[in-house]
Amino acid sequence: MRQVTLLTIALQSIVKNKMRTMLTMLGIVIGVGAVIVMVAIGNGAQTQIQAQINSLGTNLLVVTAGAAQGAVSLGAGTFNRLTVADAEAIKREATTLAAVSPVIVTRTQVIGGVGNWRTEVDGVTTDYPSIRDWTATSGSWFNEADIEAKRAVAVLGSTVARNLFPDQDPVGARIQLGHTPFTVLGVLATKGQTSGGGDQDDVILVPYTTAQARLSGFAFVGQILASTSSTADLAAGKIEITDILRDSHRLTNGPDDFTIRDQTQIAATASSTTAVMTALLAAMASVSLVVGGIGIMNIMLVSVTERTREIGIRMAVGARGSDVLTQFLVESVVMSVLGGLVGLAVGVGGALLLGHLTGWATATPASAVFLAVGFSGAVGVFFGFYPARKAAALNPIQALRYE
Amino acid sequence: MTASIQDPAPVIQLEGVEKIYETGETKVHALRGVDLTIRRGEFVAIMGASGSGKSTLMNILGCLDTPTGGRYLLDGARVDGLSRNALADLRNQKLGFVFQGFNLLARTTALQNVELPLLYDRTRKPRDPKVLAKAALERVGLGDRLDHHPSQLSGGQQQRVAIARALVSEPTLLLADEPTGNLDSRTAIEVMALFQALNQQGISLVLVTHELDIAQYATRVIDVRDGRIRRDAPVLVPRNAAEDLVMIDAEGPDSLLDDPMAGAANDSRPEAFS
Repeated sequence: MRQVTLLTIALQSIVKNKMRTMLTMLGIVIGVGAVIVMVAIGNGAQTQIQAQINSLGTNLLVVTAGAAQGAVSLGAGTFNRLTVADAEAIKREATTLAAVSPVIVTRTQVIGGVGNWRTEVDGVTTDYPSIRDWTATSGSWFNEADIEAKRAVAVLGSTVARNLFPDQDPVGARIQLGHTPFTVLGVLATKGQTSGGGDQDDVILVPYTTAQARLSGFAFVGQILASTSSTADLAAGKIEITDILRDSHRLTNGPDDFTIRDQTQIAATASSTTAVMTALLAAMASVSLVVGGIGIMNIMLVSVTERTREIGIRMAVGARGSDVLTQFLVESVVMSVLGGLVGLAVGVGGALLLGHLTGWATATPASAVFLAVGFSGAVGVFFGFYPARKAAALNPIQALRYE
Repeated sequence: MTASIQDPAPVIQLEGVEKIYETGETKVHALRGVDLTIRRGEFVAIMGASGSGKSTLMNILGCLDTPTGGRYLLDGARVDGLSRNALADLRNQKLGFVFQGFNLLARTTALQNVELPLLYDRTRKPRDPKVLAKAALERVGLGDRLDHHPSQLSGGQQQRVAIARALVSEPTLLLADEPTGNLDSRTAIEVMALFQALNQQGISLVLVTHELDIAQYATRVIDVRDGRIRRDAPVLVPRNAAEDLVMIDAEGPDSLLDDPMAGAANDSRPEAFS
């Protein structure tokens, strides 16, 4: 009964001063709205990056040459220690790995279709599509026989296909990589950008044996990709690869001369970056929430002064200081929570609109909803307390005499 | 005054009550030892010029202020030395206030204004504030004005709402501070008629006024000067407000005024605060 009464008193007062209440609430609306939009943008970016990392393939292990950061530096120009033999050893000996493929990286001028194009040509095995979870949309992948025979066959990334064969299906067409003519077997599905902004589709994949035998230039094993059949095997897979590579590199003691990263590590690095960005955006937006809170405090102070006589009357008929305190506190909290709810709607709507207009991925996490409402309530209590206490401490005689 | 066995129980007992205001270096003796007993059913008018200490006395009687010396018993219980909260509860339970400026909440209906003391009632008596507030308004003759806001009511009607608010919690004592100060003479007498009727029903009343002809409606008049009670005498034949109203209606408003200044018409209807 009493709680209901206090709420009623507070609501009456809020309704009696519509314009002022609305302007005061606007501060909180903007504050909460801004926080939600910012968190939605940050969160959306994180989701997008996560999706890009997943597009690398599932349960992926990436082996690169050179020691991990923090270990002894071998200096620039260290001889590349990953070889096709390493990949073959891993493929042969590892039991936990479902698929293994070296990636022999070259850059070549490709001529064919409507013109020429400079792109990356990667020599890989038939395991590669399963590791990268990457299928051909038209045509097919090369097979073991193509690898055995070192056939000059290629699968085009969608960017290359679009640039060289804008109006036709390139399957069956002939292209020239460097000086060697290749036959196009298939075109890959579009993967999109990497988290670093590179185009994953600007690539041509050929059998690694062909790359070794027929492509001149700086052909080297850039990385060895492997995948396990389940995420649980990632750790075991890592240990196996380490053992095999240390053995084949004849490392008895001393640090590894290679680095194995798994997808979760890559994801963690990326998401820690975006988490910092999200926190930064939210912190900046929080400033407006604080400013909104100060607006509430300002209005409540004005309100207390303006309603000094009302406070005196209430005290004369038996309101305790705590009753007056509660009344004003409820008023500021109701105002800020209402502002928070409206701000929530504005923020969610704003995030959707922004996503629609700019094409950015935005995602409002459910936690932001509770945070916004809870935080605006806290703002109401924090900034409403001082004015409310001032009201409660009034002397009833002076309050009644106040003009 | 000597109390006889037949006298009803005292509502108010003041024994050597002092009030000293300290503002920096100067000390102001607002009350210099007041002894006063008011019994149940009395209608007491306290008179005095401004600065006499009557307002301070009224504030202490109304538990809005505490004495700096002496004892104050309200309804037999000590009041001096109580906490702010205890005083607030006393005001809520035992006292009803009527002010010169009505002090109603603006933009709030008569009914809601009268309900106000019940909202702060901590005794949790099982009762319906609306029903009680409606009954109190009917008692002062405003049963048909429940949903009117103060701005829609005349000064006399606003003061009746204030009286209903003072009555609604069935207080031990009704305190009225210059209740006719903002009213024209006829309305003032109407309000006094209402007070007399309530007094007849057994309600104890203390009225502060500086108008002698208003004080003549009480059964006892106390003069305060320089913080002391200078005169305390019963009114042998109190004026009857109901009869005065009949006379005014018959012979015109000037017929019964001893002092033409005392009843100077005051039609101003100050807005209650917003």
